[in-house]
Amino acid sequence: MEITPTHYQILSAALFIIGVVGVMMRRNLIIIFMSIELILNAVNINLIAYSAQQQNVVGQVFAVFVIAVAAAEAAVGLGIILAFYRNKETVNIDEMNLMRW
Amino acid sequence: MGHAIAFYTLSAFILGFAVMVVTTPDTVHSVLFLVLDFLFVAALYVLLGAQFLAVIQILVYAGGIVVLYLFVVMLVNLKRAPEAHSDPHRHTKIGIGLAAATLVELAVILAYGYARPAPTLAETTTAAMPVVGNTQQVGWLLYTSYLIPFEIASMLLLVAMIGAIVLAKREL
Repeated sequence: MEITPTHYQILSAALFIIGVVGVMMRRNLIIIFMSIELILNAVNINLIAYSAQQQNVVGQVFAVFVIAVAAAEAAVGLGIILAFYRNKETVNIDEMNLMRW
Repeated sequence: MGHAIAFYTLSAFILGFAVMVVTTPDTVHSVLFLVLDFLFVAALYVLLGAQFLAVIQILVYAGGIVVLYLFVVMLVNLKRAPEAHSDPHRHTKIGIGLAAATLVELAVILAYGYARPAPTLAETTTAAMPVVGNTQQVGWLLYTSYLIPFEIASMLLLVAMIGAIVLAKREL
């Protein structure tokens, strides 16, 4: 029973879809950010699976960059959550309609 | 055979904990399931021979980012659950439909890739590298071919740090 990159791709796609469903369905902004982290992890699994298949480390270098961007995104996003909570006492995205027409 | 067993076990844990992250009503439990999920993803990286990435995953994700999330969950002391208030204009069915459309797109890409496998890349840099070992190879690439993106990533992190401080501070 050979584990090919296709298996990893299916796992990655499933994790990605779980993240997308989380972003679409939840109203808690913190959980939406965690779903985005799941999506970024799915991307990393794909990159590393193909890096292992091709015997080429470049995929892992790109995964390092994805992790750096994820860290930056988490820091700025959580700063925005705190700033918003200070103004409106909520983290419900349905009430985040200040800039919505 | 052992590789297959390890892969399926880890996949089951990863997907199971991911579903728990998305479905648990309590935000703190959700963060804790996220830690477990990241740890199993790190184990998957080890299975793929990317030991450096596995350590980075545990240090940065499970150690750093998740602690950040926990701090925010503690600071955002919710008196009423965010899920209680629901926007009458919210279209949950459209959300499910969009997620299903993404699933179909991914399936099409998978089927297409399965029908026409990508050509094998020429042996590029890995063979020419004077170092062995996963961490050394990643470091070698980061400091030679990918030096400029590496420096840009460090600038991005600096800007994000300053931005987070500006956003979260009450008054400067």
